[in-house]
Amino acid sequence: MAITREEVLHVARLARLSLPEAEAERLREQLSAILDYVKQLDRLDTRDVVPTSHAIETGTPFRDDVVRPFGDREALLANAPDRLNDCFRVPRIIED
Amino acid sequence: MAFETVIGLEVHAQLSTRSKIFCACSTAFGAPPNANACPVCTGMPGVLPVLNRKAVECTIRTALATSCTVQRRSVFARKNYFYPDLPKAYQISQYELPVALGGHVDIEVDGGTKRIGITRIHMEEDAGKLVHEGEFAGAQASLADLNRCSVPLMEIVSEPDMRTPEEGGAYLRRLHDILVYLGVCDGNMEEGSFRCDANVSVRPVGQVAFGTKAELKNMNSFRNVEKALEYEIRRQVELIEDGGKVVQETRLWDANAGVTVSMRRKEEAHDYRYFPDPDLLPLIVDESWVEELRGTIPEMPAEKIARLARQYGIPRYDAGILASTRALADFFEASAAIYGGNPKTTANECVHWKDAVLAGTLSPETIAHAVEDRERGTISATASKTLVELVLSTGKPFRTLRDEQGLTQVSDTSSLDILVDKVLAASPKEVEGYRAGKAGLLSFFVGQVMKESRGKANPKMVQEVLKKRLG
Repeated sequence: MAITREEVLHVARLARLSLPEAEAERLREQLSAILDYVKQLDRLDTRDVVPTSHAIETGTPFRDDVVRPFGDREALLANAPDRLNDCFRVPRIIED
Repeated sequence: MAFETVIGLEVHAQLSTRSKIFCACSTAFGAPPNANACPVCTGMPGVLPVLNRKAVECTIRTALATSCTVQRRSVFARKNYFYPDLPKAYQISQYELPVALGGHVDIEVDGGTKRIGITRIHMEEDAGKLVHEGEFAGAQASLADLNRCSVPLMEIVSEPDMRTPEEGGAYLRRLHDILVYLGVCDGNMEEGSFRCDANVSVRPVGQVAFGTKAELKNMNSFRNVEKALEYEIRRQVELIEDGGKVVQETRLWDANAGVTVSMRRKEEAHDYRYFPDPDLLPLIVDESWVEELRGTIPEMPAEKIARLARQYGIPRYDAGILASTRALADFFEASAAIYGGNPKTTANECVHWKDAVLAGTLSPETIAHAVEDRERGTISATASKTLVELVLSTGKPFRTLRDEQGLTQVSDTSSLDILVDKVLAASPKEVEGYRAGKAGLLSFFVGQVMKESRGKANPKMVQEVLKKRLG
């Protein structure tokens, strides 16, 4: 199942990846090969099979509504490339 | 050409939980930046979300109160997009299988009732807050505070059943009342606990297909929602009449300018690539849990209005004002239980002192005593008002103040006789005039006697005594 160059570039844009020309073509081939491999499953009749989203069929566990502060803001901020006081500093987002 | 408007509303309500939806951070408003954040809600590698049971219960109770069908199995999905207020680069939401489907809310319009359908209710997490650095357009950076990340929300999506901005406003107010009654949301619009987006389109009357819709955002009060809808409807109608076409887009309401402004975004910004979140198993809600929660649903606003009107014989309008806040209706019922009398008077007093009632500075006894003393003629309406104000400023009981201040009305006829005689003796001309047929002079005499008594005489009794003396 061939995937087009445009699709590869679209997915890359959504993932905020910049692809050089050569790499876009290489990824197009690789992604096409993967999709072809998975496409073998189409030979099975799955009309009455519910899509599997999880490997085990139990419900999600719950937690009680109790506050337990993490208490180490510095550890969170330490991972950020930039900060100002206690905030993460990020490039300005242009809305328009 | 005549146009019809079609409005559907999406409400995001913050659920009243102490901790976040998938981690144990506090949801408290106004904490220092990033004080309520942890590795889970900031999307650190290797962490796992665990669902808050209370958040689920709040959503199920809302579903029951709006006649939705609670789904036995629902699934959390990832909504993928890049934005710095969302450190995971996806929001955990529900997509194809939400927790509740197919309900309704009844609103009151033009004296009748209209049923507004609810398409679905799903749970999701909130995103963080961005503050733009500096006041200048040239600011280079934004500051991210992730305290709101993963605060539990439910999104309530209506059917496109509303036809006017007023219906939109009525639906929002009713839904707001329901959530606050249930205690599942504090309803605070300024703090963003109750937010609304609107889908609005117009179509020529008689056309079945919907027109192209615009999505309106950024309306932080009921009034702003109505105003934004009014503006947008006018804009779309004028556009079509001028031969233009409405384009599907998101528009922001600018409350200062009173206009909606197009918020251009690249087409692919809406390519969210939803898929089931592998970190969260399906949410299973069994029937016994639903039934247990059904038992916790209090009387809803519409039922309360009908019951108050019926049980106390007060006008529906008054019942509506009382029931607009559960605490006010409870206060009214508590007052009416202490002193029955005429519940309409009690209702008026509750509405008059609404701010104090809701602030918790008045007790039902105060209003009950004020109404009782007035109806028995012990005090005047003016004295009643003065005394309630004194209760608020001193904190002393109503009747203690009444006796201390000597504000009881003079109702015994012998002392009134003395006052009436004095007034009549001082105004021979008016007495003559009255006896000659100028009936309007009676109020002059009443006023004089009231003045003489320094407001303490019972005006009704004064009239009776005067009529007897002059007749």
